[in-house]
Amino acid sequence: MKTIRLILALVILALSPVDQIAAAESNCLTCHRDFEEDTGPSHKITRDVHFQKGLDCVSCHGGDPTLEDMDDVRESKGYRGVPDHREVPQFCASCHSDAAYMRGHNPALPTDQLQKYKTSVHGELLFGKNDSKVANCISCHTVHEIGSAKMPHSSTHPLNIPFTCGKCHSDADYMAAYDISTSQLDDYRASVHGMALLERQDLGAPACNDCHGNHGAAPPGTSSLSAVCGNCHALEAELYNLSPHKNAFEENDFPMCETCHSNHRIIKPYDAMVGSDDTALCSECHSHVDGTKGLETAEGISMAIAELVAAHDQAREVLEDAIEKGMMTTDEEFRLKEVDQLLIQTRTLVHSYSLDSVLPKAEAGIQKADSVKTNSASLIDEYYFRRKGLGIATLFITLLALALWLKIRRL
Amino acid sequence: MSDQSSTDKLYNWLDSRFKLGAFVDYMSHKVVPVHSHSMFYYFGGISLFLFIVQVVTGILLLMYYRPGADSAFESVRFIITNVSFGWLIRALHSWSANLMILAVFIHMFSVYFTAAYRKPREMTWLSGMALLGLSLAFGFSGYLLPWNELAFFATRVGTGMAGAIPLVGEKLLIVMRGGEEVTGATIGRFFGLHVAILPGLTTVLLAAHLIFIQRQGMSEPLEWANKPESEKTYQKFFPHFAMKDLLVWLIVLNVLAVLAVLFPDGIGVIHWPLGEKADPFAPPPAVIRPEWYFMFAFQALKMLPAHVLFLEGELFGIIVFSLGGLIWALVPFFDRKSARNEGSQLYRYFGYFVLLFVIGMTLYGYMVE
Repeated sequence: MKTIRLILALVILALSPVDQIAAAESNCLTCHRDFEEDTGPSHKITRDVHFQKGLDCVSCHGGDPTLEDMDDVRESKGYRGVPDHREVPQFCASCHSDAAYMRGHNPALPTDQLQKYKTSVHGELLFGKNDSKVANCISCHTVHEIGSAKMPHSSTHPLNIPFTCGKCHSDADYMAAYDISTSQLDDYRASVHGMALLERQDLGAPACNDCHGNHGAAPPGTSSLSAVCGNCHALEAELYNLSPHKNAFEENDFPMCETCHSNHRIIKPYDAMVGSDDTALCSECHSHVDGTKGLETAEGISMAIAELVAAHDQAREVLEDAIEKGMMTTDEEFRLKEVDQLLIQTRTLVHSYSLDSVLPKAEAGIQKADSVKTNSASLIDEYYFRRKGLGIATLFITLLALALWLKIRRL
Repeated sequence: MSDQSSTDKLYNWLDSRFKLGAFVDYMSHKVVPVHSHSMFYYFGGISLFLFIVQVVTGILLLMYYRPGADSAFESVRFIITNVSFGWLIRALHSWSANLMILAVFIHMFSVYFTAAYRKPREMTWLSGMALLGLSLAFGFSGYLLPWNELAFFATRVGTGMAGAIPLVGEKLLIVMRGGEEVTGATIGRFFGLHVAILPGLTTVLLAAHLIFIQRQGMSEPLEWANKPESEKTYQKFFPHFAMKDLLVWLIVLNVLAVLAVLFPDGIGVIHWPLGEKADPFAPPPAVIRPEWYFMFAFQALKMLPAHVLFLEGELFGIIVFSLGGLIWALVPFFDRKSARNEGSQLYRYFGYFVLLFVIGMTLYGYMVE
């Protein structure tokens, strides 16, 4: 009997994952699972990246896990229990800021989180004003089920980030003391970025941390917006930096991209944003008597884009007709894609706010669109020519056949 | 002399040099039987006409087509888009190819069911079978030449089947592909086959086939064997039958023109859109199927289990098809009753079975897709 038990124990031991062996040796989970609900820390811990990497309860909370009595554990050597809200950053940093220690566990992970956190709005309030409501590590990363940003269940996975931040920032009561808006999550969800990330699940779209930073989270200032938006929209930022708007915006303390595109509720740009009429954004700052050529330029840009769009649409319409008629349109379809590119480039050049930049590109696009339209129209003409040709040829052959038939009948 | 028309003058000029008298006398006495199945006599002529269209349009395509993995697809696209009437020539070539194979099949089955293969026309039947084989080889080799996606994968499957033939299969596959895979080298081989070897062989066999027909005349129906001469009806080959043949050619030309202009890329399952260029590294398309005239064999081979008796399923199928084809070709030598003008039920039922099998498997092949 003893032999069977020994073999059974060895088999169970051999089949147990290595990272669970350490935990199995401690009494922490045994006792805590007895009285905690299924959502309690001792149950959630199996989803935690630390636990999965082989760390156990003692690694963070200290104490002697072999003791069976909880009071004895609390009094045992090294017991640290649950840290206070203000102590959490230091508590986590005891490992995460230790480069030598982290190298042995996850060498790719940075070790400057605490340093960055201290520069963040959260960190400044926590350490400077002893504010216990601001976010610390566990506010965002959760506790006992911490996952890496690659894990879909993790609160820091890109798809979950807006809701992780929104947990506090959308709570008007919680944020009342800070005098900041709580509409960011709703605004973001309605934005072009939010729709890309949350609806199309495009992980390339930015979440909160991509603009605000993560551990060093702070609202980007007027001067740093160029770097924030320009990180992805590099060409637009470069054009803006060379444009007359750069100095004008800085002198008036206008945030560069935000002034026209807003911040969290960034909608898909549309052509009517630029122009001289009252509905265009340009007229919010410019007038015909402001001493600049702002509205004149805006009107020129608006007209150039409108002409290119019209030329593109006309070309596409004729091309689609040619496609529908079954003509070989591969070359023209390819050319229309080039017009698409030129239209995108022209719209991007709006950020230069210079007619000299926009017009040549728009004209190139119009020229190409016109050639697509002309060639597609030729294909349609060819289509009718083929049918007319077929009609004449068929008539001729039929007459010939008829004449032959009459001749045969007379034989 | 002054009463002679210019036609008479030309004839006399030629006759004085080539002695045409005997030939004209022979042809003017040549007759064609008239009966309820006379219409099937025209399918040989239709096949010939479509072959002539193939040759003419093929020569025109040859002026722009450039074989090779880097140029074949581009040159076909150039023909369709840039060459004047290039689209029409390609459409005519493709449509006439398909119609020719259809006409050849109808011609073959009509000859079979009227037992026109019987003595003394065994060699006409054999040369016809060889011409059918050459027509199928034309179709198979021509399919790859545009070097587009569908053609590439269909050729890979088709040549792969040849690889299953015992003993010689592996070597045959290498010879056909010009290597282990379908590459630019395969286009070179298929191109040579399509524009030189097959036309050469076809010309010789076609000449033989036509000479046999002219020497032996059209076969008379079996039931005419016991009919008194007075009840038999004939028409003169010249000018009656020849002019009717010409009339049928004109009708076929009209049909061909309508199909080529209205459906230059084919229609339904008979289609040849240029599509995408062949990419050996791309995943194969969801549906790889051969041309419609290979569908019955393709589908039958697909339906065979992995193993039949001690043979691999595919190998078993190839052996059965080879034996079936051999028996079909040698029917004139086996069918002794027809040779005695008696008609054989056994071979008629064998013909029905083959016809139903070909039609049934073809339809089933498209239905299961």
